[in-house]
Amino acid sequence: MRQKTIDEGWTTVIKPREKLLNVDFGELWRYRDLCSLFVRRNITTQYKQTVLGPLWYIIQPIITVVMYMVVFGGIAKIPTDGLPQPLFYLGGICLWQYFSECLNKTSSTFTANAGIFGKVYFPRLIVPISTVISNLLRFGIQLGLFFVVYAIYQIWIIPGQIHTSWYALLLPILVIMLAGLALGFGILFSSMTTKYRDMTLLLSYFVSLWMYATPVIYPLSTITNSKLHFVMSLNPLTGIVEAFKYGMLGEGQFSWGMLGYSFVFMVVLLALGIIIFNRVQRTFMDTV
Amino acid sequence: MATAIEFNNISKLYRLGIVSTGTLAHDLKRWWTMNVRGKEDPYLTIGETNDRSSKGDSEYVWALKNIDFKVEQGDVVGIIGKNGAGKSTLLKILSKVTAPTTGTIRARGRIGSLLEVGTGFHPEMTGRENIYMNGAILGMTKDEITKKLDEIVDFSGCERYIDTPVKRYSSGMMVRLGFAVAAHLDPEILVVDEVLAVGDAEFQKKAIGKMQDVSRGEGRTVLFVSHNMASVRKLCNRGVLLENGSIKFQGFIADTIDNYLTTRLDESTVELRNKVNRQGTQEAHIVEVLMTFGGIPCSSITMGKGAEFTITVESEIDIEDTYIGLSIWNQYETIVIHTNTNITQEQLQRVHKGVNKYKCSFPFLPLQYGGYYLNLALYHKDGKYIDQIEKGFVFTVVEDNCYGTGKLADQHQGCLAINHQWSIEQ
Repeated sequence: MRQKTIDEGWTTVIKPREKLLNVDFGELWRYRDLCSLFVRRNITTQYKQTVLGPLWYIIQPIITVVMYMVVFGGIAKIPTDGLPQPLFYLGGICLWQYFSECLNKTSSTFTANAGIFGKVYFPRLIVPISTVISNLLRFGIQLGLFFVVYAIYQIWIIPGQIHTSWYALLLPILVIMLAGLALGFGILFSSMTTKYRDMTLLLSYFVSLWMYATPVIYPLSTITNSKLHFVMSLNPLTGIVEAFKYGMLGEGQFSWGMLGYSFVFMVVLLALGIIIFNRVQRTFMDTV
Repeated sequence: MATAIEFNNISKLYRLGIVSTGTLAHDLKRWWTMNVRGKEDPYLTIGETNDRSSKGDSEYVWALKNIDFKVEQGDVVGIIGKNGAGKSTLLKILSKVTAPTTGTIRARGRIGSLLEVGTGFHPEMTGRENIYMNGAILGMTKDEITKKLDEIVDFSGCERYIDTPVKRYSSGMMVRLGFAVAAHLDPEILVVDEVLAVGDAEFQKKAIGKMQDVSRGEGRTVLFVSHNMASVRKLCNRGVLLENGSIKFQGFIADTIDNYLTTRLDESTVELRNKVNRQGTQEAHIVEVLMTFGGIPCSSITMGKGAEFTITVESEIDIEDTYIGLSIWNQYETIVIHTNTNITQEQLQRVHKGVNKYKCSFPFLPLQYGGYYLNLALYHKDGKYIDQIEKGFVFTVVEDNCYGTGKLADQHQGCLAINHQWSIEQ
């Protein structure tokens, strides 16, 4: 009892090891202002001292779409489920770029911020979270581009032939799932590479390969081999990209099962990522 | 008074060397013994004490070992010690940048740490935006910052530039802005690491003043690490002396500083011959200094008496046109006397091949009691160093009943004690 009274009033306790699941979400919430400032910083400083500024957000996907039309559509003649190529590619690119950008940025959280992290404490998770949020702007602009192209096709070029369904309303959930997956993979990766950097050398390579395992440049329906089809659906991104195309463009293989799998995958991954990240953040300064 | 911070048996183990495949082997072994066999971390027992200069066998060192102390609320504690004594590691643990290997720290109130000025400043953002950024990183909310914005801008003295990107700032202005933000952070416990060493004199004064206000006026607790004894002495009331990762002394700041200086006395027993921290062309070497009083070697002298210093120089060649000098510094890193044979024009203007001894006699050294050290230098005629050693010799001046009253002025009031009389003028 006496011990208890003495212990009262301690507001900060620093110990060598926290319990595994001791993630302080309250603290994360208290630092929300920092998160919003990081988001603003990420956005405003990205295109400082460039002439075209945020126009780059649009130029990049346009060039990529043209490249894909030439290489995959024109030369390799990969079908697009009967959809206009620009629309098909653009939709995939929007989703994929958001995912890969978030993953690439969050995966270097520790190494890229070692300077700040070594000098002051704040919940480290703020940094990857703000990265994922600030990338939403770019995603939003690219999605806007997608809608413009969509409108052009739907109204003038092939009026009424794109069968958008109510499933398009799933979009916000799909984005949250993409963000969650990118964040989960990113922080997990970042935690594992503070000491051994071998994997960082592989990441960007791995991510670019990953795109080919995701139905971005081809529809899932072209995969007729059932084994390959099964392997493809193990990729948590497959369900998301297909659901997007199904909802928006009316073509694709939508299944609640695949979407549910992606969702559960995301939740487990995120939980695992946060636990490991939380553990690593306490001593990573000694090894980074 | 209540305890503000309590350090309980804090230790920190660091691994030296580089991370490579060898590290992986160690990690696997550690994982095997700890998690599979359920035993203690095998590497916790083999760490060595942290002595930077001696070569150790173990790859692991204790940067801190069994640190135990309490800080009362409202205390300003100076943490002093040589480079590598563990001061910064201690602050890092306290500010949660890294976790301790063993032990706990418990504290009452928010801890604001200032290990660097202007953390997170982005060169492309304006001063105002960076105030928000830096403030939020240090743990303030937007509203708190907005409330104090005018005060911060005013304190920094950068009003004119506040809407200019900080990449256009001079480095001094950047520091001012950074400190201004930190100074208006209102934690119950403030942790400061030698950030005052930057900025101009006027700003340093302002910064120290602000820290004094914070501790005395508002009853906050401050932990302050610095090598500048003068500012530690001015700011702190308590001190902790670290040596090789352990606490060597704790108590009132004056006692701690004295103890620190005695530590340096030990350091000076290292033969000058083996000192590596020297400047100059090294054509000849200062190899020994001997202090004597009345011909008898000693390491302390009594107030009001004299002393002789004999400097031995060894050379393998004859060098013409040289001169030799020494300066006496007090514990607050203030120079008290400088002398060299160029000013006094003694006939000692050459170094012979072999051993040379130069003796400098002070028949009367009117020094206040306390710790002192000598810097030594051998120069070419043009003032270039042949050999220069800082802190080549440390000595103490011991109190004496010079006035016959048993009383003396406080050690920190003035650096000289000169014989004098008071009288009433008719």
